[in-house]
Amino acid sequence: MVTNVTNFGRSGLSDWLLQRFSAVVLALYSVFIVGYFLTTSDLDYAQWSGFFQQTWVRIFTFLTILSIAAHAWIGLWTISTDYIKPTGIRFVFQAVCNLALFTYVVWGVQVLWGA
Amino acid sequence: MLVVSVYRYNPEKDSAPYMQEFNIDTKGADVMVLDVLSMIKEQDNTFAYRRSCREGVCGSDGMNMNGKNGLACITPLSEVVTADKLVIRPLPGLPVIRDLVVDMSLFYKQYERIKPYLLNDTPAPAIERLQAPEDRDKLDGLYECILCACCSTACPSFWWNPDKFVGPSGLLQAYRFLIDSRDTQTRERLSELDDPFSVFRCRGIMNCVSVCPKGLNPTKAIGHIRDMLLRNAT
Repeated sequence: MVTNVTNFGRSGLSDWLLQRFSAVVLALYSVFIVGYFLTTSDLDYAQWSGFFQQTWVRIFTFLTILSIAAHAWIGLWTISTDYIKPTGIRFVFQAVCNLALFTYVVWGVQVLWGA
Repeated sequence: MLVVSVYRYNPEKDSAPYMQEFNIDTKGADVMVLDVLSMIKEQDNTFAYRRSCREGVCGSDGMNMNGKNGLACITPLSEVVTADKLVIRPLPGLPVIRDLVVDMSLFYKQYERIKPYLLNDTPAPAIERLQAPEDRDKLDGLYECILCACCSTACPSFWWNPDKFVGPSGLLQAYRFLIDSRDTQTRERLSELDDPFSVFRCRGIMNCVSVCPKGLNPTKAIGHIRDMLLRNAT
């Protein structure tokens, strides 16, 4: 057993499973949002805003934002442990990635539920 | 005339590794790469490589021939040579001791880590532990591994993390003991593998399958280990 403290879920299995689950969510959302653009003609701000007023669209979008954060954390953590060997630089890289992802999540909440 | 370029490095004399060319006349015969190495050895007896059984059983002469890992003793020239040129390097990713001889300590450490022997906490029977023919069949495609390291040294995940990722060879053997009906430590074995490196660093690129001289499929075994981990934990 190799010990780690910086990966997403402590266990390789949970990271692996979450990576696949989040990939499915991202794929579904991509189809969903592209489908919306293709089926909606003359999209204006009122229509776009109204679309995101629906609770289920907000939940689906927020789930997608969380999926991006988890997927990117697991993926970038993996890349950093493969290619960045000096511990200090790797730690800083992981911290910067996580800070950016945390920012995206908070920003996403603000966009979805803000005024 | 075959031009063979071989990797040379003697840490006692050379400041850096270099490639040395030899002209080899096989008299048109499609000999094995190992035969070519012995012809080079006749020209320069300081040239070092490992060999033993010369028939693909011992796994000593794993090396990189024209970019692909394999056993020199069972690889005919016709399989690897292009334009009368053959480039031979040691197995990639492992420290070189001398010329084509690599230090396999990390490879063996990973093999040792998976406990490559039967663990059974029930009282030993008088003669032997029996196994049904269908349970024995499950070991086919797993037990044949000769630990030549061609697969693990062709695996980028093993190159980057040889101290943490078990590697295709070790994982093939891990599955061989996980699936053995005579082993009672399946759960304990699985719990040793559930971290982000040991199994899950495999990205499924299947270099291991493409180079295995015994035609085995470590990627498939790794998939089975993932399934077992998942079944055990959900």
